[in-house]
Amino acid sequence: MNIVICIKYVPDAQADLTFSESDNTTDRLGVEGLLSELDEYAIEAGLKLVEGAVGPDGAASTVTVLTVGPDRAADAIKKALQMGANAGVHVNDEAIHGSDAVATSLILAQAIKKIGIPDLVLTGMASTDGAMGVVPAMLAERLGLPQVTLASEVTVEGETVTIRRDGDLASETITASLPALVSVTDQINEPRYPSFKGIMAAKKKPVETWSLADLGVDAALVGLGAAWTTVESFAKRPPRVKGQIVTDEGEGGTRLAEFLTAQKFA
Amino acid sequence: MPTDESQDLIDLTRQICAAQLAPIASAAEEAAQFPGDTFALLGRSGLLSLPYAEEHGGGGQPYEVYLQVVEEIASAWMSVAVGVSVHSLTCFPVAEYGSDQQRAELLPAMLSGQTLGGYCLSETQAGSDVSAISTRATASQDRSTYSVTGSKAWISHAGHADFYTAFVRTDDHPSKGLSCFVIPADTGGISFGTPERKMGLACDPVSQVHFDRAVVDSGRMIGAPGLGMSIALHALDSGRLGVAAAATGLAQAALDLAVSYSKEREQFGKAISEFQGLSFLLADMEAAVTSARATYLHAARLKDADRPFSKQAAVAKLICTDAAMRVTTDAIQVLGGAGYTRDFPAERYMREAKVTQIFEGTNQIQRLVIARQLLRG
Repeated sequence: MNIVICIKYVPDAQADLTFSESDNTTDRLGVEGLLSELDEYAIEAGLKLVEGAVGPDGAASTVTVLTVGPDRAADAIKKALQMGANAGVHVNDEAIHGSDAVATSLILAQAIKKIGIPDLVLTGMASTDGAMGVVPAMLAERLGLPQVTLASEVTVEGETVTIRRDGDLASETITASLPALVSVTDQINEPRYPSFKGIMAAKKKPVETWSLADLGVDAALVGLGAAWTTVESFAKRPPRVKGQIVTDEGEGGTRLAEFLTAQKFA
Repeated sequence: MPTDESQDLIDLTRQICAAQLAPIASAAEEAAQFPGDTFALLGRSGLLSLPYAEEHGGGGQPYEVYLQVVEEIASAWMSVAVGVSVHSLTCFPVAEYGSDQQRAELLPAMLSGQTLGGYCLSETQAGSDVSAISTRATASQDRSTYSVTGSKAWISHAGHADFYTAFVRTDDHPSKGLSCFVIPADTGGISFGTPERKMGLACDPVSQVHFDRAVVDSGRMIGAPGLGMSIALHALDSGRLGVAAAATGLAQAALDLAVSYSKEREQFGKAISEFQGLSFLLADMEAAVTSARATYLHAARLKDADRPFSKQAAVAKLICTDAAMRVTTDAIQVLGGAGYTRDFPAERYMREAKVTQIFEGTNQIQRLVIARQLLRG
């Protein structure tokens, strides 16, 4: 079974996140980045699927991780390879900077076609920075694959993938024929840590770097200029002001009620 | 860090420590739970085998890197770091003195963390004086087995380990009559004493291990008969570095706690860190931790370069553990009354630091080792 997992290098959510002053895009240079936590679930799901799978012809399964991003996005690929993925593809081109979800899905689709349509394309449920969660659907559409999203369980039997999607009111079981695209939630598994052997092995795993030209993608269709929306301005949330402490000397309840009324809570 | 991979290894260790060790350490120490799951996780991640050769499943890492991993683990959870150092010590005789067959048979399970070891050297009357060991192994008539009888004391992982690397008497000669065996824990005739009621390191269970005519296959003797003392002392040189690194990590944890507390605690209208009297205390703590780290790394680099390092290992053990004692004590001072309560880990750090001046050779014995080598010939 061959699997391509789409992963993203995102700013560390624990860092002081901001936007770039020059073009109002997410600042990816001034902060530490890492593999999006939500993508670790997709990697774990992919690794589990191939560990359990024995191909009918005995052919080895391959897990390829694919990322679109700047130089430092190579760290996300490295982490995935350390966890156990077999190969990496990094699409890196200055013209990609500022791309929206529509353009990102175009680049991913072209890269997956160049890798060769696998049995399964896996993604996380959203990125932890953009958090739109629309790329999986767009990508499935562009590749003409069935989209089976928000899986909290995934199994492959023969030519069929089955997922469980847990909703607020019911759990659905959904099947699709392979090849298919599956996005997974953070409920699906507990992502493994890389092992030291994984770290050493990752050094020897192949990583290809492709430009837009390598994929035959017109640079005018991607990047900030082609984005369907633009961020006009941004402002930092004002720092929290110190709260007011009321010492209860018998009239605490009244003071509290006054405060709530003044704030229009009551 | 010598390579990119070793930096990745430290990053991995920090990630595991922050997510899996640090959050549960205080509660586990309070409850004295043996961290079996944690050792299994470290084994799966390849962190129990770092300094050993790759051909038997080791990480092939220099001591310089392995020790920094131990330091990181110690700053999250001292009992686990001590356990990693002890386990590493139990593998040492097999890796260094074992036959090819013994290494092939025993090391893969030891190094992958599938099996955990205990190090049986001390006895109640044989602490610093290893030559006073009285536990005896008697060969059977056809010499195919040995019958081991006697009691070992202060044994970490007793009752939890899968094997015991034991030093026992096969001859009456005080120093040349000791031999080393790796004894499976399920050998008949092994029993355990009541766990010691220690001052700290509650998650590192320590008790006596009693051998009563425990029959051990001759193939489990590591190295030649009579080589035990030499193996034990050689292993301790490396073990001391493990303790030195762990003590440094513990001191770092205490320092980090003191620094963050001092920036938040306000008196006389400002953070206490802004008072010079207190900031100088913090500066001295930082100097102690930094110099301790440099000392153990120096010894490790000598070892990695195959140069004599026994004296430097003793210096490192002495310097790092004394630093840990002082820094953890000062951390309590920085936290004041809060530091004296069990609501903060400072008092636990101090209790954990004390034993580092005692085990793996007391700091008095380290001075003996240093002086002897200094004054030799």
